[in-house]
Amino acid sequence: MGIKGKAYIAGAYEHPTRKAGDKSVAQLHAEVAKGALEDAGLSKDDVDAYFCAGDAPGLGALSMIDYLGLRVRHLDSTETGGSSYLVHVGHAAQAIAAGKCSVALITLAGRPRADGVATGTAPRMWNPGAPDVAFEFPYGPTTAGIYAMCAKRHMYEFGTTGEQLAWIKVAASQHAQWNPHAVLPDPVSVEDVLNSPMIADPLHRLDCCIISDGGGALVVVSPEIARALDRPRVKVLGAGEAPKYQMGGRVDLTHSAAIWSGAAAFAEAGVTPADIKYASIYDSFTITVLIQLEDLGFCKKGEGGKFVADGNLISGVGTLPVNTDGGGLCNNHPANRGGMTKVIEAVRQLRGEAHPKVQVPNCDLALAHGTGGMLGTRHAGATLILERE
Amino acid sequence: MTTIGSAQREIPAPRANAETATFWEAAAAGKLLVKKCERCGAVHWYPRALCPFCFSDATTWLEASGRGAIHSYSVMRRVPQPYVIAYVTLEEGVTMLSNIVDCDADSLSVGQAVQLVFVPSSGGPPVPMFAPSEDVPRNADRLR
Repeated sequence: MGIKGKAYIAGAYEHPTRKAGDKSVAQLHAEVAKGALEDAGLSKDDVDAYFCAGDAPGLGALSMIDYLGLRVRHLDSTETGGSSYLVHVGHAAQAIAAGKCSVALITLAGRPRADGVATGTAPRMWNPGAPDVAFEFPYGPTTAGIYAMCAKRHMYEFGTTGEQLAWIKVAASQHAQWNPHAVLPDPVSVEDVLNSPMIADPLHRLDCCIISDGGGALVVVSPEIARALDRPRVKVLGAGEAPKYQMGGRVDLTHSAAIWSGAAAFAEAGVTPADIKYASIYDSFTITVLIQLEDLGFCKKGEGGKFVADGNLISGVGTLPVNTDGGGLCNNHPANRGGMTKVIEAVRQLRGEAHPKVQVPNCDLALAHGTGGMLGTRHAGATLILERE
Repeated sequence: MTTIGSAQREIPAPRANAETATFWEAAAAGKLLVKKCERCGAVHWYPRALCPFCFSDATTWLEASGRGAIHSYSVMRRVPQPYVIAYVTLEEGVTMLSNIVDCDADSLSVGQAVQLVFVPSSGGPPVPMFAPSEDVPRNADRLR
């Protein structure tokens, strides 16, 4: 049966803060929930489903439901790292299509910046009981180091260059200059990226996303409710989710789960990459964007370097505008999880509410894609295809 | 030149459990074990009781030759002591996360031959790492 046309994104809100030392994590969740509901023109009492992931403090969704004072008949705390919120939109659409709920609230929030978390450069252990820990944690598997190995292998197999990767950051910075909330609003050049300090070969500091506090929320609703609201309608056309891992020791660093999640979402939506007017592509690192663009079918495998070069991702300049809010590379990467802001900017573009300097003309079809976990060890890809009705 | 020794970074101790005790006991004796499935014949990494390819519980330990090749690597530079994280493909066909030690980090390359060494951890069993080697794996072409 599928979910095509069965649900709409009616509310989207990105917290304006980027450093929240004066707020609690639960408070940030509540503030973004309020913002997204107000954006949709709905109230807390309309919510009958709640979705959150590992950034939400407490036991699954229970603690936040209690804190927020929600009365729901459906809950889901699927955790796939930074792609969780794209997964949640797909799951919310499924639940709405099945009649299990009609107004689904999804929240993300965190404050790693205020708390001084060394997100990319210190090894982090999610759960000491995970079966991979003894065979990986002794080696210091930092996020930057693992993604750097993907970049190194991509360069080895396909001849991708640091200059090409740098173009992804250049595009993000060109967009971020119009975003008053962006952490890094100043445009940078390819040379700036290549001259920034090496963090983990071959990734420089400016190949890495920023660390920020804040969050975001989405409200996914049934078609009946969407039609009753006074907002541009953003329809969920297709959704795909897929895990990828080390395959029992058959490690493949140059493909992501987007090869499966993207194919599923495009098939459900009945559109092709050539139809997409705007794409939000997860940008934890520049290499993340490049590999996902290939796997989603925007270019052939191995040709991502050529595709992203020379401003091809810059709105008004290239063929595929990507991350027009400045992305995780320049704008915001709240709670070290970039999936939520990917959906929010896609919604802005489809509504025509992006900044005029980056708004894609006649933007009626958009894609949002996230990679959660770590690309080079185990991760989940999630793809959404959204249409302006 | 970025010289990487084998005793610069404190190595967190791996925690053994009932499923992996044999592996870590062998490591203490200087042997790297991998798991092989007696039903489907596949070697897998990291070691599990049940084969992740066919779900058979007829898995047995196999001692690896210790020869391998670098599948990919990165030099972690923004840390007090730089170190090299790597994926190493063993002669037995599986690719494992590890570190490259006893090397000049600036002269490493993908596909380079490496040899097993064990490095002490902080209060636990030694962990398998790799150092550059002249001893090329017998199936080196396939390992690149």
